[in-house]
Amino acid sequence: MTVVVLIAIYREVKGWAGVLLCSTSGPMAHSVRRDAPELPDFSLLKRLARDQLIYLLEQLPGRKDLFIEADLMSPLDRIANVTTLKQHDVDKLYKVEYKPIVSTSDQLCFLIRPRIKTVKWICDVVNADKAFGRFRKYKIIFSPQKFYACENLLEEQGIFGDVTTDEWSFYLLPLDDDIISLELPEFFRDNFLEGDQRWVRTAGSALHLLHSVYGPFSKLYGIGRCSKMAYESWREQVEEGEQRARQAEIGNVFLIDRDVDLVTPLCSQVVYEGLVDDIFRIKCGCVEFGPDVTSSDKSIKVMLNSQDKVFNEIRNEHFSQVFGFLSQKARNLQTAYDKRSGMDIKQMKTFVSEELKGLKQEHRLLSLHIGASESMMKRKTKQDFQELLKTEHSLLEGFEIRECISYIEEHINRQVSMVESMRLLCLLSLTENGLLPKDYRSLKAQFLQSYGIDHLLTFSNLKQLGLLVEQQPGETLTVMESRVGKLVNDKTAGKLTDAFSSLAKKSNFRALGRRLNLVPKSDEEYDLRVPRDMAYIFSGAYIPLSCKLIEQVLERDGWTGLEEVTRMLNGHEFAVTAGSNGSDARVKTDSQRIILVMFLGGCTFSEISALRFLGREKGLKFIVVTTAITNSARLLESMLDNHA
Amino acid sequence: MIRGKPDEDEYWNSSKFKAFTFDDEDDDFTRLKESKRAVNSIRSLVEEEDEEDDVEKVSWSGEPVGSISWSVKETASSIRSTGEVRDQSFPKINTAPSLPKNSSGYSLSSLFKAFGETSIRNYAPELRKPKSEYKVRYVYSLEKFRSLQDKLLLLDEAVNAHDGNVITAVLIYLKKSLSKENLFRELITREIALRHYIHFLKEIEEQKLLLMQYRDHLNIRDENKRRDFLKSCLSLPFSPDDATHVQDHYTLLERQIIIEANDKQVESSGQADIFKKYPRKASILNMPIITTLYYSCFYHYGESDGTYSSPANIRKTFRISDKQFLLTCLGARAKLKAWFDVDALFTTKNWLGYTKKRSPIGFHRIVDILQKNNAPVQVLQEYVNLVEDAEQKISLAQKYKCHDVIINTYRDLKDRQQLIVYRGKVERGSSEYRKIEEILSNSVR
Repeated sequence: MTVVVLIAIYREVKGWAGVLLCSTSGPMAHSVRRDAPELPDFSLLKRLARDQLIYLLEQLPGRKDLFIEADLMSPLDRIANVTTLKQHDVDKLYKVEYKPIVSTSDQLCFLIRPRIKTVKWICDVVNADKAFGRFRKYKIIFSPQKFYACENLLEEQGIFGDVTTDEWSFYLLPLDDDIISLELPEFFRDNFLEGDQRWVRTAGSALHLLHSVYGPFSKLYGIGRCSKMAYESWREQVEEGEQRARQAEIGNVFLIDRDVDLVTPLCSQVVYEGLVDDIFRIKCGCVEFGPDVTSSDKSIKVMLNSQDKVFNEIRNEHFSQVFGFLSQKARNLQTAYDKRSGMDIKQMKTFVSEELKGLKQEHRLLSLHIGASESMMKRKTKQDFQELLKTEHSLLEGFEIRECISYIEEHINRQVSMVESMRLLCLLSLTENGLLPKDYRSLKAQFLQSYGIDHLLTFSNLKQLGLLVEQQPGETLTVMESRVGKLVNDKTAGKLTDAFSSLAKKSNFRALGRRLNLVPKSDEEYDLRVPRDMAYIFSGAYIPLSCKLIEQVLERDGWTGLEEVTRMLNGHEFAVTAGSNGSDARVKTDSQRIILVMFLGGCTFSEISALRFLGREKGLKFIVVTTAITNSARLLESMLDNHA
Repeated sequence: MIRGKPDEDEYWNSSKFKAFTFDDEDDDFTRLKESKRAVNSIRSLVEEEDEEDDVEKVSWSGEPVGSISWSVKETASSIRSTGEVRDQSFPKINTAPSLPKNSSGYSLSSLFKAFGETSIRNYAPELRKPKSEYKVRYVYSLEKFRSLQDKLLLLDEAVNAHDGNVITAVLIYLKKSLSKENLFRELITREIALRHYIHFLKEIEEQKLLLMQYRDHLNIRDENKRRDFLKSCLSLPFSPDDATHVQDHYTLLERQIIIEANDKQVESSGQADIFKKYPRKASILNMPIITTLYYSCFYHYGESDGTYSSPANIRKTFRISDKQFLLTCLGARAKLKAWFDVDALFTTKNWLGYTKKRSPIGFHRIVDILQKNNAPVQVLQEYVNLVEDAEQKISLAQKYKCHDVIINTYRDLKDRQQLIVYRGKVERGSSEYRKIEEILSNSVR
């Protein structure tokens, strides 16, 4: 039955790929180059975090109730379980809900992010107790660090001293063999929109932790203001600390600010893992599949990582390739099951004890991913995905822009998904270096009419960040300038009256695209079965700028020859090597072929897939460290202010 | 952890501060050093409470540890004792804040001259002792920074340390110890500090910047109070465009309140069929303009322009484009299966009195919308017929099974072959089958 379903979906999806597929057995498993080095073991990070948490809990001896901030719960789940907490005298567990509490315990422990809102709530809790003449002990554990503003609030509220505070340096959560997350989605907004550098040191500390456990690093490259500051913070911490002689497991590091490339995270994802994230939202490496996927009345939560053998083989594949693979798998499975028919008792016994369990497991995973594919296919067909992709590709290519604008306009007029409309508007602005004033006004007015006038706040944020801007009069010249590859010299130095839009900058996407060959010619056929470059993650239409930069810098061992590119990206690039007494960078040890890429402000699953592809091509291994996994919806939702 | 480095002098000479000349003005230099020490000490105050924990918290070794709290301590002590020290220093890179927007590529590249020269700093080995051994715990109070000049030096030093936490800490002190006017005057020329300050005010909900003031309406539940609040926003100095939008917002809510009160009453009295047949699912309050228009096209179609609830009035008041109006109206009338109204939307009369169907959007789109609203084939095919592009027309007709359109198109194209093919696709004996038969036999002659 599964095969039949597959073939049906399979036919439908062919349109997306734009390539005729005649075989169902694509070469899915890429041959891993023999010399690709092994990845370091990151489970140690979990253990360190767990041990420190236990230590901190023991600082408040005796039974206590624990209040956990909602978005710390999933990360906590990945490193400890309730039993661990219970073993250390945690009585009841509560989620922070900003409401009066019901706990009867004499000791309260709060495990929170360093946020004013949460601390305010704790102040209310403590002051309410005081008003009732109730005496308890309170402890706040900030993760990953505390902020002065939070403690200042405790002082202002008159409870400093009544409450003890601590830090749980849980900087890094390994989500998979090659993905580590800081689980700080607010990093993007705080840093790039608000211009608040509170997380810079956090990023530096996270890097420092990796350096002390898996380093010493011998080479660091980077681009972006925040990357530079994080580098400095890391360097200071290294100098203050002790470095022991040890064999490095990770040799090279690449730091990149999210705002260096905002186009990539705004593109629709079509690689399997990215698509699952776009549609179902993977949270902390775990996804919840609803009844439409499980074809039962229950939802189930599934961990998506390399342990899932089926998932591991399709996660990096273009969606159009996934069906062929799954149907082949389904057939193989059928064959394996069919073997039973001619078996005698003894053979059957061996079969049951040795193979059946594996087959059953595979069957379960297979039907899950087939269900997911089917459900995703249905949803995408319903929203005219193909036309949407066509518009996106036209924008990336700079082709038929007026048609794209009409399409976006109609999208808005019909009140289809607000975030999708916003995404398309931002892509238009980023690829075209801003909208013509006439278009900007008209599209903004229509957007406000369709989705609510309070989105004025959203537009202001998008402008401030440079995601959706209006071309300034006289800017056409600048666009022309960048076309011929000249230095972009923005003379309109709107000093500080313009402080809020000063982080906004031109994207220069077209010029960058040409210089780095990001957009392959559209008339060439792109065979998604045998991808020739990283563009496959976007159906062959676009090589992600972020990954292309990484590729280029590694190839050149620095930024030499990329001066024009960095100029268009507003500079802030660097490449540094450890002092000569450090480990010799020229020695080709395995660690030199392990590259840690740190995205400040988030990265997408599509980018991770692209880097895995690059790694296979070059015999390298990439480890992605990110402040959070992002996608277009998360990125844009962080720009919204229109809720009470 | 204290960041005051033993080799501070060397550090300062190599740094890139341009505003001060260290050699000449001893005063500035001392003050600066003081600020830096203070800033660094804030960091340590902020980060650590207890000297004991200090080392344990910051430095984790890479060794696999035993377990539980014991192991955390073990880990910490092992760091102090094991291993030889290697020089592993990395060059400092210039992170001097610059306004990205205003800086040309030139000025940036000149800032980057510091690169390339990978200076290795050799620290005296005796200074490599564990931190706690030489660390003196300054309990710094910022109170001693009393002159404006000192305060500003402290702030600039904090900004140069790139730690938002420290910047905010200094700003909190300045907020307490400087008048608003003075603080803002200085912040105006310090963008990074200013942004931190605004963000901090926003978080403690003290801010009252333009759009943020407008944003406050979201916190008002009562619609009348909300409306009045929006009215008070009208006098704020918005840009001309935004002022129009805020005005619209006020007008919209004002009318929604009137419409809601009226319709609620009509609905509960059971006077109007439309509300009985299609009870309202939600209140219209605080809905977007287009949703309000849809609502009005659904419940108040055909009302005279004079009433607030009429589509024509809403269209005019909020300057809704023809295209947008048509799309919304079409959606609402199609939902009600009011095909006559749908028809009228597209019918225009020319000066001779002939009627013709026109649309500001392609008819293939119209077909799409009608189909999504479950329009019957008879209605659909009328609009499929109006699609100009023959190929598109055929494909739409096939998609929605508008046999007549297909048959007529092939007939007009005199495409006998296609007709025969199509005959094979329709049900034998059906009306369309007979129609094809008839055309085929007629054309045999």
